[in-house]
Amino acid sequence: MSEVKYSKEHEWIKLDGDVATIGITKHATEMLGDIVFAELPEKGSSVEKDGTAGVVESTKAASDVYTPVSGEIVDTNQAIVDDPSKINQDPEDSAWFFKLKIKDPSEMDTLMNKDDYDKFAKETSA
Amino acid sequence: METKKTSLYQLHQDCNAKFVEFAGYQMPIQYSEGIVEEHKFTRNHSGIFDVSHMGQLFIYGGEDLIKDLEKIFPLDLKNLKLNHSKYSFLMDKDAGIHDDLIITKTKEGFLIILNAACKDNDFKILKELLEDKYKMVLDENRSLIAIQGPKSSEILNGVINGVKDLNFMSGNWFTFENQKVYITRSGYTGEDGFEISIANDFVDQLTRELINKGSKLIGLGARDTLRLEAGLCLYGHDLDKDKTPVEANLKWAISKERISKGDFIGSDIIIKQLNDGVSKIRVGIKPEGRIIAREKTKIFNQSDVHIGEITSGTFGPSVNGPVAMGYVENEFSKKNTKVFLEVRGKKHPASICSLPFYRKSYVKGVN
Repeated sequence: MSEVKYSKEHEWIKLDGDVATIGITKHATEMLGDIVFAELPEKGSSVEKDGTAGVVESTKAASDVYTPVSGEIVDTNQAIVDDPSKINQDPEDSAWFFKLKIKDPSEMDTLMNKDDYDKFAKETSA
Repeated sequence: METKKTSLYQLHQDCNAKFVEFAGYQMPIQYSEGIVEEHKFTRNHSGIFDVSHMGQLFIYGGEDLIKDLEKIFPLDLKNLKLNHSKYSFLMDKDAGIHDDLIITKTKEGFLIILNAACKDNDFKILKELLEDKYKMVLDENRSLIAIQGPKSSEILNGVINGVKDLNFMSGNWFTFENQKVYITRSGYTGEDGFEISIANDFVDQLTRELINKGSKLIGLGARDTLRLEAGLCLYGHDLDKDKTPVEANLKWAISKERISKGDFIGSDIIIKQLNDGVSKIRVGIKPEGRIIAREKTKIFNQSDVHIGEITSGTFGPSVNGPVAMGYVENEFSKKNTKVFLEVRGKKHPASICSLPFYRKSYVKGVN
């Protein structure tokens, strides 16, 4: 299992072989507030790096979820659709959004490591 | 223009509020527990809302004032009892709504609570309509807080004795720290509760005492989910100058006595609409599943014809699902009518439903 990487759109991505698990960061959930709706991409669909791949909504507003890398969706987490509050409770583990088979492993290199992301999150929310 | 702060700003900060600008004021949208918890705490216990940004307009006068206000508001003010309140609207001659408001008859005249974004314009309109005959004070020296929810009566009565005996939609003067406070049993959450008008210098102390007795500050975020579940309109969204009280399905707030005479601003249109019906009307809308249809979402009928628009929509924490209201063409306004809501390019099924989404019985004295 490789190191967890982060995007500027506040997604995390964990690569296992050629399958990546993607979700939104704890920092993102704190900015959004209580999440009450989640929509996920369809299994088998192809998504492009930085393209939309889902939606989350808080009581206040809707926000797009982006995919930090390109690939084919191989699995989605129905549990967060049925109970979106799980995203606030455990965003960086059990409340993952989707898994995809990655197209281009070099796209991983464009993403931030944890330290850089934490710094980025702190700066952008200040 | 610099944004204003209410007298509770420090307390909001002490309670870790997240602020937003609302109608020119820095207002708390939520505190650390978040909108859903704040919403539920209000429904189950007691929540305090800083609504000091709203206008508190005192108009001083007697019999003449009553007559003049009846030319403006569709209310039977002559027969309104002392210290009793009514929900009403300030309309233009076409019955378009400038603002919705609560008007209370006091010993000295009337107290009108106005929306923050509308209050200065309302003041101007009313001053002109009343031809400067009466002393009018849009009081910036008083704060306004609401305490709402089932435990509120007990909590507030523990600080200001006697409030628990107030009937719904009535008020009176009470004393706190030798200050005169005007308290009405009212609110905008669908819960039993009170609104308290108090001098700016004392609102912080009063609010802290209410918190010590078990109430909590609640932000504008939860105020919005609470009022929407209760089926109540938000000015600037569900109501505006292009909508009349009849279209807004608020004809219950228009005095029958006054309609028969019809001598108030907008009465021609109101009477015409009551007799002939309206082409669009406000309804409750319940999306199927969990999809949230927000303001400006287009509404379609089963033949894919555009028939209206959502004016408020969110997730209702007590309903545990999405709730919305909006305006549809009259022929599609019947309860259980199937409609479709266009969200992010896809049409999602929903049905017209009666309001409110969440009902709790108010305290004694309901009409």
